[in-house]
Amino acid sequence: MSFISYLIKGISLGSVYSMIALGYTMVYGIAKMLNFAHGDVIMVGGYIIFIVMSVSGLNPIVGVLLAIILCTLLGITIERVAYKPLRKASSLAVLITAIGVSYLLQNVALLIFGADTKSFSSVIKLPALKLAGGALTISGETLVTIPLCLIIMVALNIFIKKTKTGRSMIAVSEDKDASVLMGINVNKTIAITFAIGSALAAVASALLFSSYPSLSSTSGAMPGIKAFVAAVFGGIGSIPGAMIGGILLGVIQILSSAYISSQLSDAIVFFILILVLLVKPTGILGKVMHEKV
Amino acid sequence: MKKIKKVLSLLVISSMVVASFAACGTKKSGETFTIGGIGPITGDAAVYGINVKNGAEIAVKEINAAGGINGAQIVFKFEDDVADGEKAVNAYNTLKDAGMHMLMGTVTSGACASVMEETNVDNMFQLTPSASSTDVLKNGNVYQVCFTDPNLGITSAQYIAGKGLAKKIAIIYDSSDIYSSGIEAAFKVEAGNQGLEIVAEEAFTADSNSDFSVQLQKAKDSGAELVFLPIYYTQATLILSQAAAIDYKPIFLGCDGLDGILTVENFDTSLAEGVVLMTPFSAESTDEKTASFVKAYQSAYNNETPNQFAADAYDAIYIIKAAAEKAGIKPDMSVSEIGTAMKEAIQQISYDGLTGAQMTWAATGEVNKQPRAYKIEGGKYVSAE
Repeated sequence: MSFISYLIKGISLGSVYSMIALGYTMVYGIAKMLNFAHGDVIMVGGYIIFIVMSVSGLNPIVGVLLAIILCTLLGITIERVAYKPLRKASSLAVLITAIGVSYLLQNVALLIFGADTKSFSSVIKLPALKLAGGALTISGETLVTIPLCLIIMVALNIFIKKTKTGRSMIAVSEDKDASVLMGINVNKTIAITFAIGSALAAVASALLFSSYPSLSSTSGAMPGIKAFVAAVFGGIGSIPGAMIGGILLGVIQILSSAYISSQLSDAIVFFILILVLLVKPTGILGKVMHEKV
Repeated sequence: MKKIKKVLSLLVISSMVVASFAACGTKKSGETFTIGGIGPITGDAAVYGINVKNGAEIAVKEINAAGGINGAQIVFKFEDDVADGEKAVNAYNTLKDAGMHMLMGTVTSGACASVMEETNVDNMFQLTPSASSTDVLKNGNVYQVCFTDPNLGITSAQYIAGKGLAKKIAIIYDSSDIYSSGIEAAFKVEAGNQGLEIVAEEAFTADSNSDFSVQLQKAKDSGAELVFLPIYYTQATLILSQAAAIDYKPIFLGCDGLDGILTVENFDTSLAEGVVLMTPFSAESTDEKTASFVKAYQSAYNNETPNQFAADAYDAIYIIKAAAEKAGIKPDMSVSEIGTAMKEAIQQISYDGLTGAQMTWAATGEVNKQPRAYKIEGGKYVSAE
């Protein structure tokens, strides 16, 4: 029974990772850059929900909606101000800018909210589900997180495959110059990608901080890095890959700390990552890109 | 070349100006005791140093108003070391030049390990308010006000056994933190001596400090009646809420790292109901002596609440006074004479302070005192002695 309980926890944690990983993987697939500030957008989303709920006392749904809107705007602004002017620069320069944006967001949050940790009250008011006479307890957060992540993942896949905007994203990711010739507005497409990624980050922040209610200016950094690892694990650039990578990462982390050692769980996760990448360097669902000469 | 000359001459002039000011400071050394303080008041560890400086200044003010030590007033001088060993030695030399008789410092263990080599050579009396590492006890010339990390683990185990709180115990600790793992190691040994059974020993690290569901599940499955948390309060708030989520209600017991848990913004304090803290000091305590210290501190320093470091420093100054009166030292004695007399005296006194009753000192410099146990009831600290 405890194995099932660990497994559910792993899937729940992994679902949040995969939601964050989607932001990394979409931006990488389309703009070919690593947006290291993505984790910090989650932190910003957390603070927005925190303020709406604790200071103005509004309904949590309002907080989450507001966080989605503001994070989307933040994502578009970051792209416009920090990344767009560097579209022609070397990828190293963009990477450094992304790290700069990450530190900027963290330090602005530190300045506004201070160094002390805030306790986040859960936006999910569902009671826990008790099965098998109380031996198996599934928290309300988990009950919401797993189906919600699945729905978002399916919706995103349909959006990309079926809509015009979605298909132009695929086109830009395959060949930027050719898609310009086909009449696709590359800048607009990239901006939409950032908007979607940041909106997902806001949803992820609501789920993440509801399960782990400790909010500080660096709260987004570690989940961000884990999600980035999940994106690479699943094959960066691939949307189903991000989902599989995230859930595997969560499950491996929880099971290894439950059955091997709680101290070594991170080491085990990264060891498995190295093994996977040695066998399949593009990740589980990654495609091999052939350079055309 | 011209520029370098200009800079050099400016440097020479400014150093002369500083020297002439410094000369003003050393007058009247025969009539007052100069107590030096060293600690970080800038940088990452600034919060500790500032609390120590402020706490000590309150004690000095009170003692001077009441007539000083052996009829001599105290001059308290504090130097910044940014928690760095090399800067701490520089600060020590500056204070020595300013006529320091005794040292109340340093605040951090690393800096203390550097300065204690100097005080050992000079036979300067050194009392550290808060360097808790066992490394500073190596030379036997540094006396501590605070507990060593292992000591907190030992007294926690003794408290659990003495009160009969539980027989089966789970531990959740931060293996990447020296404070947490130091307490844990000593607790484990003493728990064995006390006949307590450790049924789960679970670690986390600085990189994995948000998900405790596995550790708690294992503690629950192992049937632990008490979970020992030698960690800081930020992680403890997460542990408490995640334990509530899986319906696990053991006794939670922690050390001074948990002090502050009730002040976390937006934290549901009902989750902390029944948590036991073994801490030498808590500003929340209703004890009369503590309350008047907290009040004095808040009125002097912008309404800020003192932490354990401020109380350690406040006690340190009073301990120096008690030992100095026992030894009967005078300001015109040499540093080495004072050092020898004070070391002998501090081992004979027993002091009741904010951070512990009946404090006594071993020849190694280690303090022996009872930590206070508090229980959280109705969002307040209540004595659990």
